[in-house]
Amino acid sequence: MSTTNKFLVGMFDDDQTLLKAVQSAKESGLKIADAFTPFPVHGLEHKLGLRATKLHTAGFVFGATGLTTAFSLMAFANAVDYPTNFGGKPYFSLPAWIPIMFELTVLFASVGMVIAFYYLCNLYPGKQPKIVDPRLTDDMFALTFDITGDNEQSSKITEFLNKEGAVEVFEKDI
Amino acid sequence: MSHFESPLREPLITGSKTYKQITDDIVRGTEGSLGITWLLSTGVAGLVALFGVFCLTWTILYGIGTWGVNTTVGWAWDITNFVWWVGIGHAGTLISAILLLFRQKWRTGVNRAAEAMTIFAVVCAGLFVMLHTGRPWDVFYILPYPNTRGPLWTNFNSPLLWDVFAISTYLTVSLLFWYTGLVPDFATIRDRSKAGSIRWKIYNILSFGWVGSAKHWERFESLALILAGLATPLVLSVHTIVSFDFATSVIPGWHTTILPPYFVAGAIFSGFAMVLTLMIVARKVMNLQDYITIAHIESMNKILLLTGTMVGTAYLTELFVAWYSGSMIEQYAFANRAFGPYLWAYWIMMSCNLIFPQFFWVKKLRRNIAFTFFASIIVNIGMWFERFVIIVLSLHRDYLPSSWTDYQPTWVEVGIYVGTGGIFMTLFLLFSRFFPVVAIAEVKSILSISGNQARREQMDEVKSDEAYQDVDARLIYKID
Repeated sequence: MSTTNKFLVGMFDDDQTLLKAVQSAKESGLKIADAFTPFPVHGLEHKLGLRATKLHTAGFVFGATGLTTAFSLMAFANAVDYPTNFGGKPYFSLPAWIPIMFELTVLFASVGMVIAFYYLCNLYPGKQPKIVDPRLTDDMFALTFDITGDNEQSSKITEFLNKEGAVEVFEKDI
Repeated sequence: MSHFESPLREPLITGSKTYKQITDDIVRGTEGSLGITWLLSTGVAGLVALFGVFCLTWTILYGIGTWGVNTTVGWAWDITNFVWWVGIGHAGTLISAILLLFRQKWRTGVNRAAEAMTIFAVVCAGLFVMLHTGRPWDVFYILPYPNTRGPLWTNFNSPLLWDVFAISTYLTVSLLFWYTGLVPDFATIRDRSKAGSIRWKIYNILSFGWVGSAKHWERFESLALILAGLATPLVLSVHTIVSFDFATSVIPGWHTTILPPYFVAGAIFSGFAMVLTLMIVARKVMNLQDYITIAHIESMNKILLLTGTMVGTAYLTELFVAWYSGSMIEQYAFANRAFGPYLWAYWIMMSCNLIFPQFFWVKKLRRNIAFTFFASIIVNIGMWFERFVIIVLSLHRDYLPSSWTDYQPTWVEVGIYVGTGGIFMTLFLLFSRFFPVVAIAEVKSILSISGNQARREQMDEVKSDEAYQDVDARLIYKID
């Protein structure tokens, strides 16, 4: 984590300009390292060519685990381990277990997905963030290009960014 | 323009804001000195909360005997307050989850505060559940764990146990949903403060080191959508299960299949009333009128009207079914509610919940802030009485006339109730001072679609369109 790369940062003041710049970068074969925005910009992930997240699959797996846990715990406890007569009802009373099975499905899916989200994004309390520019959580949008050990690229990308309407271009070691 | 919206719609953000101004307007509330108004109100709320804790301790020391409950009326203020608080806790997740799925963009202005309110209300509700067991120190018995008593497991067929799972799941999921939404906004606050300062460090811990990378936003959106999808049936399930506590028992007035939808509608009704009560004050005090606009208040009033009418329909249906059932006991239960010793409680409930919201058919009143504030208080009172009517009025006339009795609360019960109000307000005041009260990132994301400036541009576009030349000018929203 301690490795430092040299990045060229292009700052934009509008999400639509940013989207156009991403499109042109793709057309002129420039490799974008990352994009930073103060709010989710729709379509940005497609334009950047990011792989669709599989977080929902994780959610399904966690949910299924919750459902199974709830069912097997209740079946074991009330029908196998210590069968108790509650008002003459059957020990194995599936319909009465549906509410808890539902609740645990939701609980496991939600908790699991949230943990998976923070794990995948490598976010945790006390993390020292690599902040490109503090304005990026306020009103600015940025594209970064990795130019480590490649100073020739630098001027080319700078020119590209200025043409695409970047309001500011600078180099930064992150 | 990524998305076109009809200029006939009112803008959701007024005052021609830029992204920068949105940040400034919302984060300003968390900066600077605390201010005398805030300190005073938090102090008062804190004192009330302390009195609540005192009454709570009193109950634990001397037992449930300090309450007015008796053998016949075994549930009274405790469960009334529990159901009331849980009901209030329904608006937040409804706004953030169901309205997200329905793509109601106006939710972005109010969802953060409503979710916070949800969490604090559920915390208050939880207190009553634990306390009403009589021995709150043994409350862990309700959890299914291998124990040395057999192991004697919990009864999974009991709605009371379902309730334990429903409420704790609801609290957990609401908390996660709320906090994850807060993370990018904490990062905004962090980046506005001096790097390396204590404020920066605290908000950095709270923000989990968020930087707003495109991949993170993609996952964030996916997570928000699925959590909303999960939370939607969850919200509906929680009050359904609360209603099972009553509906599955054989008490006249409780033993009806109408209870689940009736409870859910009532919960949304009371939740929105509490959101309105708090937001009308908060938008004024914190200068958020451009984000929580009259249009927001009107939308919420429409929900009040809808759910109030649903609840009212349920009241009338109950009466009809009691008469139509031909069951003498059932008929007596409802005659006793309307004309018995507690008739005042029944008629307060009827007038506050069924009759009063009907004023909202009038657009002028829906858009009148003072009237809305008054109405929201009326609804809060009415919904408290609804639970009181359901619980105490059904219990105090038993099957055995020899055990008929009346119920009077003691100062301890009143004290705990008032105390939870103090706890709720203290938590809400702390939240409103240190957390971003409006979801900054979400509001920014709708600015280019529903902001004032965007509306003006859309209007210019539309004016030159022939199809719109016939539109009645009065229908088009006037932008200032």
